[in-house]
Amino acid sequence: MQTRHFDKIDETLITEVLPNGLSINIIPKPAFSKGFAMFAANYGGADRRFKLAGEWINTPAGVAHYLEHKMFDMPDGNALNVLSSNGASPNAFTSSGMTAYHFESTCGFNDNLRTLLNFVSTPYFTPESVAKEQGIIGQEIRMVEDSPGYVVYNNLLRCLYALNPVRDSVAGTVESIAEITDKTLYHCHKVFYNPSNMTLSVVGNVDPQAVLEMAREMLPPEPGELPERDYGGKESELPCETRALAAMEVSAPQFLFGLKLNPEKSGTPRLRQMLIGEIALRLLIGPSSPFYTRSYAAGLLNSGFEYEFDYTAGTAMLLAGGESRDVDGVMSELRSEMDKISSDGLDPLLFENSKKSLFGSQLRALGSFSALAQALSEGAFADFCPLDAFEEIENISLGDVRSFITENISPERVALSVITPLT
Amino acid sequence: MNTSTEQIMPNVVLTCLTTTKFKTGCLSVNLLTPLCREAASRNALIPMVLCRGTATLPDMAAISSKLDSLYGARIKPVVRKKGEIQVTGLYADFADDAFIPGGSLIVEQMSALMSEMLLMPRTHGGLLFREYVESEREKLLEQIRGRINEKRAYSMQRLCELMCAMEAYATDRLGSETEAENISATELTRHFHDILASSPIEIFYCGSVEPKRVKAALQSAFASLPRSNVEIDLGTDIRMNSLESAPRRFEEEMQVTQGKLAIGFRLGECMEDPNTAAIRVFNAVYGGGVTSKLFMNVREKLSLCYFASSSADLHKGILAVSSGIEFDKYDAALSEILAQLEAVKRGEFSESELLAAKSAVASDYRTVEDSPAALEDFYLNQALIGPDCSPLELAALAEDIKAEEVTAIAKGVECDAIYFLRGQKEAG
Repeated sequence: MQTRHFDKIDETLITEVLPNGLSINIIPKPAFSKGFAMFAANYGGADRRFKLAGEWINTPAGVAHYLEHKMFDMPDGNALNVLSSNGASPNAFTSSGMTAYHFESTCGFNDNLRTLLNFVSTPYFTPESVAKEQGIIGQEIRMVEDSPGYVVYNNLLRCLYALNPVRDSVAGTVESIAEITDKTLYHCHKVFYNPSNMTLSVVGNVDPQAVLEMAREMLPPEPGELPERDYGGKESELPCETRALAAMEVSAPQFLFGLKLNPEKSGTPRLRQMLIGEIALRLLIGPSSPFYTRSYAAGLLNSGFEYEFDYTAGTAMLLAGGESRDVDGVMSELRSEMDKISSDGLDPLLFENSKKSLFGSQLRALGSFSALAQALSEGAFADFCPLDAFEEIENISLGDVRSFITENISPERVALSVITPLT
Repeated sequence: MNTSTEQIMPNVVLTCLTTTKFKTGCLSVNLLTPLCREAASRNALIPMVLCRGTATLPDMAAISSKLDSLYGARIKPVVRKKGEIQVTGLYADFADDAFIPGGSLIVEQMSALMSEMLLMPRTHGGLLFREYVESEREKLLEQIRGRINEKRAYSMQRLCELMCAMEAYATDRLGSETEAENISATELTRHFHDILASSPIEIFYCGSVEPKRVKAALQSAFASLPRSNVEIDLGTDIRMNSLESAPRRFEEEMQVTQGKLAIGFRLGECMEDPNTAAIRVFNAVYGGGVTSKLFMNVREKLSLCYFASSSADLHKGILAVSSGIEFDKYDAALSEILAQLEAVKRGEFSESELLAAKSAVASDYRTVEDSPAALEDFYLNQALIGPDCSPLELAALAEDIKAEEVTAIAKGVECDAIYFLRGQKEAG
């Protein structure tokens, strides 16, 4: 067990890696009412082809998400019910690179944690229960097909990536999930839900010793094999398509643009890349940037414009979008801003302010236990500590941001996805 | 956490939640106005225009740069609908002094900045700056038109408009396209001066600074706030019964792949003297979460939908159910949703279902204490409709609710309207 105190933000982090390979991160916050726990597997929608014991295995699209739904079934009932009945708010999500089960509770935290560790490590599927889920997930797939935000995102990923399975929907399709049986689920659970491929993150009013003891007691003692994954081979720097168009029942065009970059895989370089990328985005398209304030004043953008820097399944991408009556106008502003930065350089005052503002927004994120636990989980899988950000921000220079932009950001690397209103 | 409430100027109430547990604090200034079709869009537009520029920070770039230099502080326009009261204003959140390198009297700086936005907006010839009014009006229109983009929220809003067609409650928090389209800088300026002087104002602060210093900062920043003697009639008309003997049915079509069913109920008798905690527990038993009747039966047992849940609006006394279903499951889903309410009326829920509902509600109340934004909204609700209890006291009350209380509430609930958003029939 290792304890680190972060003076600048007055937080304590307790870390331990168990002999079975499970990494555990705990941030105690005794002044709060609730505790939050997230038990996550380094396994998501993009992990469809993998090598185990020397053999390559292919699985249908949507298994990770299907498994997430079915994990709540236990031989003696449903874990959602057990947790809810004990005062917890449980939930789960599956992204391209991660499956996470979490709950928040203000009483009975240790009992709830026991339930969480138990149900996630106990596969229990029957052919009937698996078949029944087809209907529910089919409805979920249909629901997101009506969501412009989802469609615009999925279409952009298909433009950006030619090979990586992040280009496919995490939930799969009605056809692909029809191939999933109880055997598929048992197999993938065995491969990916072994403690060496998982992490436990806990934040809040908890007893750290009790958390560690419970993890030692509840989980299998032996480490598992870490599967090798095939994400389809090396991608070009350029998008495979530059533009995707779709029409839906929306009031005005919805757009998302993005570009992919070479991810730093792990450790401090990864944390630095994230922070430098955040600052670069603030300078280029953030709320104080000339691009945003000019486009907003011109009526090209509204306050729904958002951006993020995202890592998943061996990829890293910058994404930004919102709504605009003139998407081409936005893109042309973007190109001229990129040109201007490459000819005139970056504004030093804007850079100093962006660092302060990033510090403030990281501080704000410490108030969201779920965001914090997710950051700890991502950090555990990529071997960095998100709380180091507060020191690391200080070490970022204007030159770092300049090189990041030169290496990664240029108009020809950008792909655009647009949803237009039906005519 | 210490809570203190004090009138600091005529009709201006400051509530301070003093605590050192958060790293970011919040400060909000809220004007309370009656919700009505004619003024809703104008009320909504005002804070949006105010955030565009002030006398000394004339544009967004200047404001954003100022906020960045205050360690990423934010000030956002906020428009909320609380029953038939429209709450418009500014919401700020910012790093607490303790965590800003060098410390920086941030409460004083934020009070000054917010008062500058409200009392010294950028003007031209005595009017709110025309370019900003017109630009924000277009953005407001985009938001209003954009309601159709999220089909679940849209179906719930249509239900509210149709079910409460004769009530002020039908008005959306942003108003309507027709009202928003016609707003001019002249008209908006006049309206702004009216509501700034006449509206009761609720101010909330949550953070580590003691109330005395917060009050001093605000009194100094807002010293020139105009206050008139006009009495504003604020309140919500609560209708106890459904409008007709059978629920009214509405149906609309759109190009969608999943149908959205929205069902509205009047909470009825329990609104005579509402027991907030008990109504929340009733809602949790019926449709509030994953242990509820709706989730367990409509989704888990019958696989009729991906989601089915209910929510209660205690300001207005309305319960609404929302569900996403296949078009041809309309009858089956509707009758099951109504049947589950009948089951609650007959008291057909187990001790463990009740316990789960009670702990979910109690836990929701307790977690309010863990977020400045949730506390701010909680105490705003309390200022409008009570009860005069802290979140922790309500949590304790929720844990004490008896099955009979839940059944009694359910018995008064009447279905008033059913709305269905379905896919377009093949054009023929």
